[in-house]
Amino acid sequence: MLEHYLSLATKAIFVENMALAFFLGMCSFLAVSKKVDTAIGLGGAVIFVLGVTCPLNQALNDALLKEGALSWAGFPEVNLGFLSFLTLIGTIAAMVQIVEMALDRYAPGLYNALGVFLPLIAVNCAILGASLFMVERDYSFGEATVFGVGSGIGWALAIVALAAIREKMRYSNVPGPLRGLGITFIVVGLMSIGFMVFSGIQL
Amino acid sequence: MSSQSREALVDPLFNNNPIALQVLGICSALAVTTKLETAVVMTAAVIAVLLGSNVAVSIIRNMIPPSIRIIVQLTIIASLVIITDQVLKAFVYDISKQLSVFVGLIITNCIVMGRAEAYAMQNPPGLSAIDGLGNGLGYGVVLLSVGFVRELFGSGKLFGVTILQPVTEGGWYVPNGLMLLAPAAFFLIGIFIWAVRAWKPEQIEEDFRVGALLELSHEGDLR
Repeated sequence: MLEHYLSLATKAIFVENMALAFFLGMCSFLAVSKKVDTAIGLGGAVIFVLGVTCPLNQALNDALLKEGALSWAGFPEVNLGFLSFLTLIGTIAAMVQIVEMALDRYAPGLYNALGVFLPLIAVNCAILGASLFMVERDYSFGEATVFGVGSGIGWALAIVALAAIREKMRYSNVPGPLRGLGITFIVVGLMSIGFMVFSGIQL
Repeated sequence: MSSQSREALVDPLFNNNPIALQVLGICSALAVTTKLETAVVMTAAVIAVLLGSNVAVSIIRNMIPPSIRIIVQLTIIASLVIITDQVLKAFVYDISKQLSVFVGLIITNCIVMGRAEAYAMQNPPGLSAIDGLGNGLGYGVVLLSVGFVRELFGSGKLFGVTILQPVTEGGWYVPNGLMLLAPAAFFLIGIFIWAVRAWKPEQIEEDFRVGALLELSHEGDLR
């Protein structure tokens, strides 16, 4: 059982890296990766929110939306699957809001570190993407938790690495039209090739 | 057509391209471009959602309380995406299977949110519709050019029709497998941006300054 979870986590972190293999969360990935400190903050917030929303969405999906999920309420033939998008994004937006308020009240230190990033996260496709993958692959509650945290770690790893590269790159003379966004895309492409060496790894 | 509406339509194509200049909606732009067919369907889906959400947000823009506008916009967009997803499943099931989660991810596509927030909240429905169409087309230009290169050189086909006969089928072309993998999408968009900015030099970002590191220590750097 443990091996299964370990293998799932490795896969989520390295092989199927959210940012570099599935292109998810690209907007903030490119916009907030100019400095390592901010990248670490955003990465931490993403791990946290993914680790919370992914299992929560799994539970909701299992109890309410899946085909036949409502049989406990006496509607075995009802399939609310078409409502999943609305439910998932609603849960995420609400969860982010709750996490933000809870952190503000009970962990001010953490709130100061992550606070500015939390609103950005509600519309980060990596969060919704993880939930959608979870629904599509039919993960159990435990698997969803491991997958959520794993994808978050993978995403954070990628953004911190990119931020470090971009900080160094400020000292190099890039051709004019390629400066900024253009060269960042090419660097991300090279990182993506780097992460491809992990493909096929099984634990 | 008045000059204002023409600007709203044409400007996002190259001058203010949502992907190349505004860094919006890149996630899906990369993942669905291994084939032209999926790129076309994805573009159509995004245009439909963008048009619908811009018009809907614009019509009720004066009734939305500012504090909950994000949730209102998200609900409108999510409903439109559900409709699009159901239509795709009903009429082009195979392609909708290939697009998998990326149709759902139109909800968090920053182009849709960004235009609703930046344009539709301030402008009447007619102009907003044109702006939606223009930005959708700007997104489509990047998607289709990347999809064109990736399918042509990755598998020697366009829309599934063989153009360059691959060696395995007795032809001469050796398909470039890299084109079908994730890194090629990044390289191609990087090159696309390079080309557009070489053509329109006013878009060049001047951030080759050593002192820039100091400026970045301000939190104002967050978009």
